[in-house]
Amino acid sequence: MSLDKQGIAKRIAQDLRDGWYVNLGIGIPTLVANYVPPGIAVEFQSENGILGMGPFPYEGDEDPDMINAGKQTVTLLPGASLFDSAMSFAMIRGRHVQLTVLGAMEVSDTGDIANWKIPGAMVKGMGGAMDLVASAKNIIVAMMHTNKKGESKLLGECTLPLTGVKCVNRIVSNLAVMDVTSDGFKLIERAPGVSVEEIRKATAGRLLVEGDIPEMPR
Amino acid sequence: MRKVVANAKQAIEGIESGMTLMIGGFGVCGIPENIIAALALTSVHEMTCISNNAGVGDFGLGLLLKDHRIKKMIASYVGENAEFERQMLSGELDVDLIPQGTLAERCRAGGAGIPAFFTPAGYGTEVAAGKEVRVFNGKPHILEHALVADFALVKAWKGDHAGNLVYKGTARNFNPLMAMAGKITVAEVEELVDNGELDPNQIHTPGIFVQRIFQGESYVKPIEQRTVRPRP
Repeated sequence: MSLDKQGIAKRIAQDLRDGWYVNLGIGIPTLVANYVPPGIAVEFQSENGILGMGPFPYEGDEDPDMINAGKQTVTLLPGASLFDSAMSFAMIRGRHVQLTVLGAMEVSDTGDIANWKIPGAMVKGMGGAMDLVASAKNIIVAMMHTNKKGESKLLGECTLPLTGVKCVNRIVSNLAVMDVTSDGFKLIERAPGVSVEEIRKATAGRLLVEGDIPEMPR
Repeated sequence: MRKVVANAKQAIEGIESGMTLMIGGFGVCGIPENIIAALALTSVHEMTCISNNAGVGDFGLGLLLKDHRIKKMIASYVGENAEFERQMLSGELDVDLIPQGTLAERCRAGGAGIPAFFTPAGYGTEVAAGKEVRVFNGKPHILEHALVADFALVKAWKGDHAGNLVYKGTARNFNPLMAMAGKITVAEVEELVDNGELDPNQIHTPGIFVQRIFQGESYVKPIEQRTVRPRP
């Protein structure tokens, strides 16, 4: 059974380590904040100027001057700090953030990522994505393995305009966990009930399968 | 030096068609609402606007876009404004989409006398087209230039007669950087106080960067995505 968005977020959250500073992109990545494992303390950085971002507020407590990068209302946790955009990207570009999680339209088997533009159709802008992927120590992409037409989004080469080159470390999709290596996508885990063959069929780029591939821990 | 002006209308005197403006804010958080509304009442057009976002359909910079007053936009994300995206895709509006961190640093550099700097952001993408590349510590970086503006239009929470500014929450974002980079910086504040009331330790933008300041009114502060969690 392939994962849904929550399942992908939950699996990524298992990669969090105590004491890390983490930036979560809009979409599926924001859900990771809901699944921080017990006993692990991380601080979420929001590119628009928050360190120590907390959960959504209770109804009635929404503050228009407290939003995250996706323009959603949020709160702060004790120990949080607020700062301007140059300071925020100094943290990001200066490699002080241990993990960046973001979505993608396409990822190549050398670690290129495209997630900001479909020429002629969708040009929303890159926001902070290019800064994040150019600087992050560790990048996990949260994505669906195939698009709505069933075509693979994990390619030999991206066809869409790039956000960054040779930067992705790990992909967690609805079907698998894969790491980017010099031999392409290395299969690390299968989603529960999903076979290696299914993953192979859904992956257009080079897929390296070594030995027995375990299922993701529940 | 008298910096205090009475209202937004006075604050924008001297803004002319064809000028380059910087406008603070992230989404519609921390935007100079009164100044934008006052600008929309004038006939200035052919503006080049530098702002992280383009407002939403009928608020913020969206107001100026509707009348085609903006000729060129420099921004990092315009996804919330369908009219903007439409004008851009149709070629009616000239748009430079640049990485958010690069935008922030270009404004800061503009105010800080740093004419250009190298950043890794955008290397290997279309953002790097035509730009010098240099390798530092084994990693390629691209050359980006400082941004300055004829007028920087910023919003703060509190300010005093000396032009010192304090921001609140995530309404800070680009305002301090743009305040530095405007030839003339105009600040609208929710609360204008006398000199001596703000703690010097707590000033975010020293008054040297601010030329005009006024107390704003009737802030709408729209929330783009009202997200809540259930009470236990």
